[in-house]
Amino acid sequence: MLKQIEGSHAVARVVSECRPNVISAYPITPQTHIVEELATIVGNGELEAEFVNVESEFSAASVVLGASAAGARAYTATTSQGLLLMSEVIYCIAGMRLPIVLTCANRAISAPLSIWNDQQDSMAVRDAGWIQLHAEDNQEAADLHIQAFKIAEKTFLPTMVCMDGFILTHAFEPVDIPEQKEVDDFLPPFKPKHIVDPRWPRGIGLFADPRFYMETRYILHRALEKSEETIKEVSSEFAKVFGRDSGGFIKTYKLKEADVAIVSMGSVVGTIKDMIDQLEEEGKKVGLLQICCYRPFPRHEVHKALEDKMNIVVLEKCISLGRGGILASDVRWSFPRAEKKDRNISSFVAGLGGRNISVDDLRYMVEKVEKEPAEFEFLGLKKELIAERDM
Amino acid sequence: MMEQSKYLEGVEKKDLFAHGHRACGGCGQALAARLVHDAAGENTIACVATGCLEVFSSPYPDPAWRIPFLHSLFENPAAVASGVEAAYKALGKGPVNIIAQGGDGSTADIGFQCISGMFERGHNVLYVCYDNEAYMNTGVQRSSFTPYGARTTTTPTGNKTRKKNLPMIAADHGIPYVATATVDDFRDVQKKVKKALAIEGPKYIHILAPCPLGWGHPGELTVEVCRLAKDTGLFPVFEIVNGKVTNVRRIPVKLPVEEYLKVQGRFKHLFKKGVPTEEVAVIQEIANQNIERFNL
Repeated sequence: MLKQIEGSHAVARVVSECRPNVISAYPITPQTHIVEELATIVGNGELEAEFVNVESEFSAASVVLGASAAGARAYTATTSQGLLLMSEVIYCIAGMRLPIVLTCANRAISAPLSIWNDQQDSMAVRDAGWIQLHAEDNQEAADLHIQAFKIAEKTFLPTMVCMDGFILTHAFEPVDIPEQKEVDDFLPPFKPKHIVDPRWPRGIGLFADPRFYMETRYILHRALEKSEETIKEVSSEFAKVFGRDSGGFIKTYKLKEADVAIVSMGSVVGTIKDMIDQLEEEGKKVGLLQICCYRPFPRHEVHKALEDKMNIVVLEKCISLGRGGILASDVRWSFPRAEKKDRNISSFVAGLGGRNISVDDLRYMVEKVEKEPAEFEFLGLKKELIAERDM
Repeated sequence: MMEQSKYLEGVEKKDLFAHGHRACGGCGQALAARLVHDAAGENTIACVATGCLEVFSSPYPDPAWRIPFLHSLFENPAAVASGVEAAYKALGKGPVNIIAQGGDGSTADIGFQCISGMFERGHNVLYVCYDNEAYMNTGVQRSSFTPYGARTTTTPTGNKTRKKNLPMIAADHGIPYVATATVDDFRDVQKKVKKALAIEGPKYIHILAPCPLGWGHPGELTVEVCRLAKDTGLFPVFEIVNGKVTNVRRIPVKLPVEEYLKVQGRFKHLFKKGVPTEEVAVIQEIANQNIERFNL
């Protein structure tokens, strides 16, 4: 049913419809509305689940780890510092192949403290062995959660649904919240593989010496690569059942005819599409490649979609300090070495700490790369705030 | 010396924490873990912290556990156990004994917050601390359970602070059961584990578990060292049931702390040519305070 609803509440509603057995979370802006709403849903008896109010994100992640290892469908949500505090457990959850679903309400990282949006937090744990899905809008954020539980439980890979903090979490949009029965039909009950249960005593979390460790990493890496199929399957099944495209690997917008191809992910693609339409009216052909699934990285899809594009711009809300664009590195890596000649892949970082990314900023970016490629540039930087010696 | 058969009378022996692990000879923690889980029985899930116990008992593919074993990190067994308990509740499974456990570093320092959270939330989990008074797994570094005067690799001239009193801190969370014990008294350890597991809610048992390597005493003295710790007043043995200190073990014949200190290499520097330094007087004062506080 279509409802005018806040993004966080939409997510909480669909997470509840996924019937998690255990929810554990610690409050952090801008994730709070998700867990408040879930607490309400559990509190008023709409969802039968254990809601564990913990003393830190580290414990929230540890509680869902324990719950999942005991056979429960487990969910948590966090952002920013919370995700960093969880990071030790985040790696552990993936290494133990526990299909936990986590919402990351993307937010900047301290210092300086910033509660506003960018995507540095989820980027900081991109190598942990989790599937990472990025929502463009609140409908997709809601839909991705239903898919996330299914993907996670089919692949035994934890899955993180990333949605831009405030821009999505606090935005009211019409969202189609599926009926409980539709979700039940789509998402079967969780069938765990290995659990702690005295009826079948087994060890979970044994340590591995150098004879065994590397293979566990290989298997996890391959599992992520192989999850590509499941992610695609689940998103097409979702489209068939619910009648809309959400998730999958990549999406494109006016890309086929484009002279300049922009690659990005998250809510900023909405602004990019607006700009593309404006430029189209002015006779410029610009297109978009939207990354929906960041891990595993859709290398082949990116390559295929951008094969004939010689002017590519990657726009991202995160940075590898001392190195540059992170998504840009992934995109550059998507092309076999021999093909790179004459192909320009420019890298722009924007919107850090909630800095607005305007259509004008994006137009400047396109105009700039039409003239010459930009190896790496901060977009929308206020140079007047930076001392000469720091330039 | 009691005859062995009498000493083992009434002691549960199920080998749920089985032979074949890789602990050092005389390891107090291995002995304690065995007593704890044999008392708890088959219907038990062990949530274990990273540390000596985890390392010597759970190498893939040869774990020493015959009950479900769950290990994730150094500091989180209390939170992991909370999650296991929540899952059992949510799934309508159980009853089951859930025992979170770790060494003193895991318990008193890095995992302190998780344990406090588990106590405060009221999970039906027993937390067992195997206290060997330093970070033994990493090579004998100081923890906040390292006693005053003890030499560790990070307190080479002797520890300058007093041991954190976790049993009292645990009790002040308002949890229904807290107990201390030492590994020399098999029956007492097992009685306390059984008693704890029969109580609904969070429980804390603190077991003194000497480490021959870190304490510098011969492995065969592990049991004797425990007795000396009790009889000098340095390790009070008691229960706290619903906030009230009870069942305090009275010392039959009080011994001066030197008796305890002299058998351990970690206190050797406190005696110059056999003469005790002023630190020994401080340690005696700590023992006296314990004796007075708990009426030992």
